[in-house]
Amino acid sequence: MGWIQDLVKPEARNWEEFYRNRWQHDKVVRTTHGVNCTGGCSWAVYVKDGIITWEMQQTDYPLLCGDIPPYEPRGCQRGISASWYVYSPIRVKYPYVRGALIDLWHEARAIHTDPVEAWKSIIQDEQKRTRIQQARGKGGFRRATWDEVLEIIAAACLYTAKEWGPDRVFGFSPIPAMSYLSYGAGSRFLQLFGGVNMSFYDWYADLPNAFPEIWGDQTDVAESADWFNSRYIISMGSNLSMTRTPDVHFIAEARHAGTKFVVIAPDFSQVAKYADWWIPVEAGQDTALWMAINHVILKEFHADRQTPYFIDYLKRYSDSSFLVELTPSGDVFKAGQFLRANRVARYVGVENGDWKMLVHDCKSGALRMPKGSVGFRWQEQLGQWNIKMEDGLDDEPIDPELSFRDEHDEVVQVSFHEFAEGGVYERGLPVRYVETIDGRVAVTTVYDLLMAQFGVSRGLPGDYPQDYDDERPYTPAWQEQFTGIGRDTVTRLAREFAGNAEATEGKSMIIIGASINHWYNNNQSYRAPITALILTGCPGRNGGGMNHYVGQEKLTLVAPWTSMALALDWAKPPRLQQTPIWHYVHSDQWRYEGDFTDYARVPPETKWAKGHAVELTAAAVRMGWMPFFPQFNRNPLDLVSEAEAAGAVNDGEIVERVAEQLREGELKLSVEDPDAPENWPRVWFIWRGNALQSSAKGAEYFLRHYLGTHDTIEAEEKAAGKTETVTFREPAPRGKMDLVVDINFRMDSSALYSDIVLPTAFWYEKNDLNTTDLHSFIHPLGEAVPPVWESKTDYEIFKLFAKKISEMAPSTFPEPFKDVVTSPLQHDTPDELAQPEPLDWGKGECDLVPGVTAPHIRIVERDYPNLYNRFISLGPLIREDGTSGHGVHVPTAQFYDELLESPIGTAPDPRRTRVVEWGGKKYPGLEDALDAANVILHLAPETNGEVAYAAFKAEEERVGVPLADLAEDTRAVRMNFHDITQQVRRTLTSPCWSGIVNDGRAYTAWALNVERLVPWRTLTGRQQLYNDHPYYLDFGEHLPTYKPKLDPVATGDIVLSPVDDQSLVLNYITPHGKWNIHSTFKDNLRMLTLSRGMDPIWLNDKEAEKVGIKDNDWVEVYNDNGVVVTRAAVSSRVPPGICLYYHAVERTIYMPKSQVRGGKRSGGHNSLTRTRINPLLLAGGYAQFTYGFNYWGPIGIFTRDTYVVVRKLEKLEW
Amino acid sequence: MDIRAQVSMVFHLDKCIGCHTCSVACKNIWTDRKGTEYQWWNNVETKPGTGYPTLWEDQDEYRGGWQLVGGEVQRKLQLKLQSKVGTLGNIFYNQRLPTINDYYEPWTYDYEHLFNAPEGDDQPTARAVSLITGEFMEIEAGPNWDDDLGGSPVYAANDPNLGELTEDERAQLNEIERVVFFYLPRICNHCINPSCVAACPAGAIYKRGEDGIVLVNQDQCRAWRMCISGCPYKKVYYNWSSGKSEKCILCFPRLESGQAPACFHSCVGRIRYLGVLLYDADRIEEVATSPDADLVEAQRGIIQDPFDPEVIASAQANGVPDEMLEAARHSPVYKFVKQWKLALPLHPEFRTLPMLYYVPPMLPVLAKVRDGKYDVDGADTEGLTPLLGSLEAARIPLRYMARLFGAGNEEVVADVYRKLIAVRVYKRAEKVGDVTEDEVKEALKVGRLTAEEAEAIFRLTALPTVGERFVVPPLGREVAIEQTEDPGTHKGKAGFGTVTAPERRW
Repeated sequence: MGWIQDLVKPEARNWEEFYRNRWQHDKVVRTTHGVNCTGGCSWAVYVKDGIITWEMQQTDYPLLCGDIPPYEPRGCQRGISASWYVYSPIRVKYPYVRGALIDLWHEARAIHTDPVEAWKSIIQDEQKRTRIQQARGKGGFRRATWDEVLEIIAAACLYTAKEWGPDRVFGFSPIPAMSYLSYGAGSRFLQLFGGVNMSFYDWYADLPNAFPEIWGDQTDVAESADWFNSRYIISMGSNLSMTRTPDVHFIAEARHAGTKFVVIAPDFSQVAKYADWWIPVEAGQDTALWMAINHVILKEFHADRQTPYFIDYLKRYSDSSFLVELTPSGDVFKAGQFLRANRVARYVGVENGDWKMLVHDCKSGALRMPKGSVGFRWQEQLGQWNIKMEDGLDDEPIDPELSFRDEHDEVVQVSFHEFAEGGVYERGLPVRYVETIDGRVAVTTVYDLLMAQFGVSRGLPGDYPQDYDDERPYTPAWQEQFTGIGRDTVTRLAREFAGNAEATEGKSMIIIGASINHWYNNNQSYRAPITALILTGCPGRNGGGMNHYVGQEKLTLVAPWTSMALALDWAKPPRLQQTPIWHYVHSDQWRYEGDFTDYARVPPETKWAKGHAVELTAAAVRMGWMPFFPQFNRNPLDLVSEAEAAGAVNDGEIVERVAEQLREGELKLSVEDPDAPENWPRVWFIWRGNALQSSAKGAEYFLRHYLGTHDTIEAEEKAAGKTETVTFREPAPRGKMDLVVDINFRMDSSALYSDIVLPTAFWYEKNDLNTTDLHSFIHPLGEAVPPVWESKTDYEIFKLFAKKISEMAPSTFPEPFKDVVTSPLQHDTPDELAQPEPLDWGKGECDLVPGVTAPHIRIVERDYPNLYNRFISLGPLIREDGTSGHGVHVPTAQFYDELLESPIGTAPDPRRTRVVEWGGKKYPGLEDALDAANVILHLAPETNGEVAYAAFKAEEERVGVPLADLAEDTRAVRMNFHDITQQVRRTLTSPCWSGIVNDGRAYTAWALNVERLVPWRTLTGRQQLYNDHPYYLDFGEHLPTYKPKLDPVATGDIVLSPVDDQSLVLNYITPHGKWNIHSTFKDNLRMLTLSRGMDPIWLNDKEAEKVGIKDNDWVEVYNDNGVVVTRAAVSSRVPPGICLYYHAVERTIYMPKSQVRGGKRSGGHNSLTRTRINPLLLAGGYAQFTYGFNYWGPIGIFTRDTYVVVRKLEKLEW
Repeated sequence: MDIRAQVSMVFHLDKCIGCHTCSVACKNIWTDRKGTEYQWWNNVETKPGTGYPTLWEDQDEYRGGWQLVGGEVQRKLQLKLQSKVGTLGNIFYNQRLPTINDYYEPWTYDYEHLFNAPEGDDQPTARAVSLITGEFMEIEAGPNWDDDLGGSPVYAANDPNLGELTEDERAQLNEIERVVFFYLPRICNHCINPSCVAACPAGAIYKRGEDGIVLVNQDQCRAWRMCISGCPYKKVYYNWSSGKSEKCILCFPRLESGQAPACFHSCVGRIRYLGVLLYDADRIEEVATSPDADLVEAQRGIIQDPFDPEVIASAQANGVPDEMLEAARHSPVYKFVKQWKLALPLHPEFRTLPMLYYVPPMLPVLAKVRDGKYDVDGADTEGLTPLLGSLEAARIPLRYMARLFGAGNEEVVADVYRKLIAVRVYKRAEKVGDVTEDEVKEALKVGRLTAEEAEAIFRLTALPTVGERFVVPPLGREVAIEQTEDPGTHKGKAGFGTVTAPERRW
């Protein structure tokens, strides 16, 4: 082998310098990507010659306890390609304005010296307004100066506030946790102005409604390291390799530790490769599978053999033993509401007795009232809101009876509605009779109701299935028709899952992702598996529970951030909009459908569950369940001045006059006439998101009704004559928005359609904070280079807006003024006790009482000349009121005063805060993002050990159990921004969260509830298997149940679109993709190169062959909502009947013209979807069913229930 | 005995998620230049599939690597490329080169149009533009075109390794009972019998003495491109702008500063391990001429025990520093490859003795469909055994894996699976206790592992930190530099001067 020489000869190797010289850099800076991927990865960005050259992952995460694999490295293919953007040809380097607008502006400014007048002259001229709108999305951008665009924007805001009211100015930006301050600057600006922030977590359909339903919490989950603690993991609707790329190693590693991993997914997905079992459930039928799993668990682990661990868990931590009243219904009974304490003699006078529930106590043989229900939370006496099983009256211990199976007064037949076939099953239930102040009533336990609902007879008479092979609900045999999965597999899966939980005391886990949450009946798809977890004692255990990872919603430093971002330090309440109902109403998508019961299944004979969803939406706004902006068909500022003119001398009288006008019908809620010009949204800011494309369910409707430009809709309107309280105007307005401003670093689809595009700093060009669910660290976005070209950070941009408004305000708003602000009944406040029975004042069912039967109406002072000063100062309200996170109060005064000791007038510093002074007062400063970061870090229990200690102390008093010991050891911890740039830091155990991370323990949700007996924020204070909201009873969703996948004919997506034998009609599935995070990276050359240069639609190989489609052929994908032209990826890993189009395609890149829609440019994935809402999820005014921003309400569905036609493209045209 | 040190690699495919973070890490640093656009020194392939460049494994087509010539008695190695015509006769026309179509035509987009498009009657879009011609183009191929079974009737179906499967088995891979894929990340194998080196008429390719890294000397390369044909893994690429061949350099500038190569560092699946192996260069020919079935075992045989005094002495005699030997004793690669026999070479039948080893992936169990209902294998058995996966019920036929990692020898691959399964069973028993002691004993026996070994395998698979995954040996740069310049002088002038790119060759 003489010719293979090992070369050591040094001179011959001098050339090696060629490569050595490339591995050089001047600086390495820690940062991350603000992109809603939940990664929260810490990155090292390399700078050479003042240019960002590449990035690599940081590997310095502190180790957790014991033998848990380290987090390093975190970061995926998308993250590592991010540096491509910095100097790329798609980078927005300068401000841009569309030519149509800037020409009109120049014209107007030549005439009007006051910019507000100039704006008015354009916008009040219908022809000019239309000219601007129709040019949207059609090219024609011009480079502009910052001065000029700031003036246009400020003029538009001030004009809108004057003409219509500040609540016509909206801002959409998603997911603060990915860059706290970039979000917070914009929201702070908007709130100080009186504008409206739009929610995102619900709009993205990321909010799992079952979490509020069951746990009273938006979402709380385990960090990914805790997967390694699990011994049985089921992944469903979650493609971990794609979406949890930096975390999925924990799954592989757990497998080598003997953990079984099961993937439930219709396609052989990327994560299926990892699994022991792949279970290809029929798309959208997961609920059926889990109903059967629950049947098996209840039968084998509860009825045939009572597993001690499971029984004990249920008694302590769930509502299973709480008593439910059965109400007579014909010859039989039906399940009703929880029996309330004040209906029995012993408790008749207790405070909040409507909101305290009862159990049957084995010890005393009598009814007892356990502590912890919501009535205890809001009572005078502190210290009783905990879930010790003790009587709230005398502190006596209670041993609740879980089931009346063995001791009962009678067995009665109870009817259960079944929705697949619309059947009713009458099943025997054991009851006891209770004497109430209204007479004798039959009661049973939630546990017994569950047994009957799931069809486990326990020897009781009635229409129960005989065995697993009986096809009545909800057996393993029953589910086969829906899922395509054999009964043996399901039965065995249930046994393994529960058996593992028994052997490990709760270390069975479900990981769930966006896919399942995007179906119409998403809440039930979650309730069924969560029920299985609760029945097997898994939630609250390390290695167990429901882990929903969709969206980087975890704002770890929630309490101080909320105050800063929503400007609660200056004024309350903020204007916060539930976005799904807003888009459903304002983008006029409601007009294109009839009654929601055309496609959704509800029981017969309902009070609420019928009619058009927009009607129920309007009712929900009237009753204070949901927010809606604009609020009224009048300018709120005019309402104040009129009230004052009419003699109102204080805020209370102004409010009373507004309420009176509403009662009398002189004032209308905007939601009741959304298409009237006075009720339109007018100015829209979009930043950190892609509101016109990637999240725009019904993107073509946005183009038509918001923007007033071209679209590819075929659908016809259907709502005429279907509404009563909501006005159906003819014709539907086209082009509601006066001005759309997009703040962006890239020319994405939203930027392309906006009037003004502002260049923002990239993630490597700014200082900010970042946290996620997936790990428990906090770390920064850091400025590796200053914002390039003319870009500025979001923080600076909104500060400039504030400054310009303050400068220009004197001509329009010279003095502070009052604004009327409505807000719905709020979660984590006494509003939770507002409505024991929902009644609609709009229909004369009750009186309008603000804050009880209707929204709160409050008065807020605005001060535009000082808007900028307020923006840069942490206001006094935060000192007095403290902050709060998830209903937990965090004292602030001491820490606010500490901030006041900081210096004035120095440069911003990563280790220091500063103070500002104006109007004769000093305030902690928020002038720079570094100031804001350090203020938040100083006030947060998660990063300041003394704050944690103080907050736990306060919480101890409220809850009545010891907690402060959890913070004792870390009281001395302080983190500032500089610290976290040096190393990612683990956040501290905090009362605002439910995990316990002391001593390096992995974060898991509900540990604080299970181990320290802090209640869940629900009706009973326990995990809520039963939901007795009258609205839920009406919709037939009080128990976990199966509601079928929607019928595509009934939903009407394909009515006017042509279908023939050369086309496929397929269920349209839009999962998260491999080469993108939503729409980001969809235009990144690296990712496009590693994929197919665009986003193909994935088709089953045999189906594609049938209609003559070959791999990489161009195809048209269309329905009545719009059209997409793309190429086909033909593959055997895709099942027949569905197609996969990885979501958030940019319509900017490589998009041909459509042949079926008259040569118009193809749209993106949302051109085929529609927004609909599930009105069940409007429920409000009742314990955990009260509004919270991104916490509750209908979500932006139903993308998954969409169907499309796919056929070969006839002609390729550009 | 002639002991040399080789920086070697293990990729644990069970942990690979096919994310391509590795590929991008490499591209950003090394191949983001004119002439290298289409080069992916690190790429990741979906298997079954045809890979990049397409069908690279098909040596009937590309004639890379070595072949045995002569009979049983006088077996000897010859470059496959030279089999028909000698190197000299072939030198001006190398028809075995992959063309740009076998890779792909690199492209970008007309992004600027989104900013500059004049106002029109429809929305502007950014069309694809060739990075070679600058003209608008339609995209028909890419470096990862058949990712995740995309185009499976065209690509997966034509995977050369499926050759030995029955028609029935091949058809089944398209059905839900058996459909499957996994990922194969590939970089240069830094072979100890590299055919690229042998094929280079200019002698421009060499193996570094201190660490075995194979490099193309950019000053000396004369653009013959025989290395491209000669490498059976197609891991040498022609830079059409500089007129030189380039390839993975195992990030030697990073190794020299104690850091793992970029693709290792960035591997978020934590699948990669790096460490030194000591091998006996005297035995290269003997090993490379072994019969196919023995190749894996023979290759293991060339790797020497770093604790063996004789081996240490020979290494020292060859100038291998003590620190390097110490690193070899901590090498995770040594454990996976030699001690535990878990990691196997890719296509050992190419006979280049690749120094990158793969732990094959465990895949989901197969299923059956009856009356349209899908049941996983064993769902109907009494009790809960087997709870975890098993070799018998794995979705991918063992013969396919043996084609990739065993030169057709199924037993060496089956051995690996038995061990992997034994580790899981052992840990399950310990952590949950729902596996009986007898089952654990049986699994360990079949896997030929002790409990201690199972625990050690678990720890290095699941728990390793950066430092445990990458044991980068100290490369003694001061000693290397000293040979041409005093390191103290070098200290003062490092980085000064103008970097000159190698001069272009035709």
